[in-house]
Amino acid sequence: MTTHTRQFNRRSLLSLGGCALAMTAVGGTPALASLTDDAIAALTGGAGAVEGGISITAPEIAENGNTVPVEIDAPGAVAITLFADGNPTPSVATFKFGALSASRTASTRIRLSTTQNVVAVAEMADGSFQMAKANVKVTIGGCGG
Amino acid sequence: MASGVKPRVKVPKTAEAGEAITIKTLISHKMESGQRKDDDGNLIPRSIINRFTAEFNGENVIDVLLEPAISTNPYFQFEAIVPESGEFTFKWYDDDGDIYEAKKKVSVA
Repeated sequence: MTTHTRQFNRRSLLSLGGCALAMTAVGGTPALASLTDDAIAALTGGAGAVEGGISITAPEIAENGNTVPVEIDAPGAVAITLFADGNPTPSVATFKFGALSASRTASTRIRLSTTQNVVAVAEMADGSFQMAKANVKVTIGGCGG
Repeated sequence: MASGVKPRVKVPKTAEAGEAITIKTLISHKMESGQRKDDDGNLIPRSIINRFTAEFNGENVIDVLLEPAISTNPYFQFEAIVPESGEFTFKWYDDDGDIYEAKKKVSVA
């Protein structure tokens, strides 16, 4: 009986896909969070990123996860990558600043499937990396399930 | 997704030389994430804008790579320097190969 239940659970989770997995399985969150860590490691070439220097502005509570306004400010950065560590795929966007960019700031709107951290990793002009995190509580997830 | 896509850009008409101006862009696009399912339980294939660029007189201002986690009707706000009079060119690259373009002139007093 237990085996049957387990099989059913696993199958339904698999068929429902990553979004549902993130929302139902609490145990799934660390795995997804490490997915973000992996992505950051790949981006920084294993060097990792130090906190501070840059800032990320996001609402503390987002009623609708389908459109969450996020603003990043990273003075001296050449590129900024945004991650959402609770989403089925953590990557959100990469901003590369050109010669005529006046400031290393940008705003956009993103989807968040559940309550999670939004992480910004900035590549500085000297090749080092800095990061900033913002926790966003999401009332309605933005995966459209 | 070539239908109903309408880029909208807000750029000041005039600026001082070397001044930082704020630019706001929005394009109507459903940004289908590839995670959703239709009523029959079939996965709706991904269809998003995957890249956005802004140039002024051929010089790059910002180049953004978009993932499915960007909301419907992608919105961006950023700042640019205008050294002389000229034209901004904004381009959105769709997954299906389409490129949507918008141009805005700025005159430097």
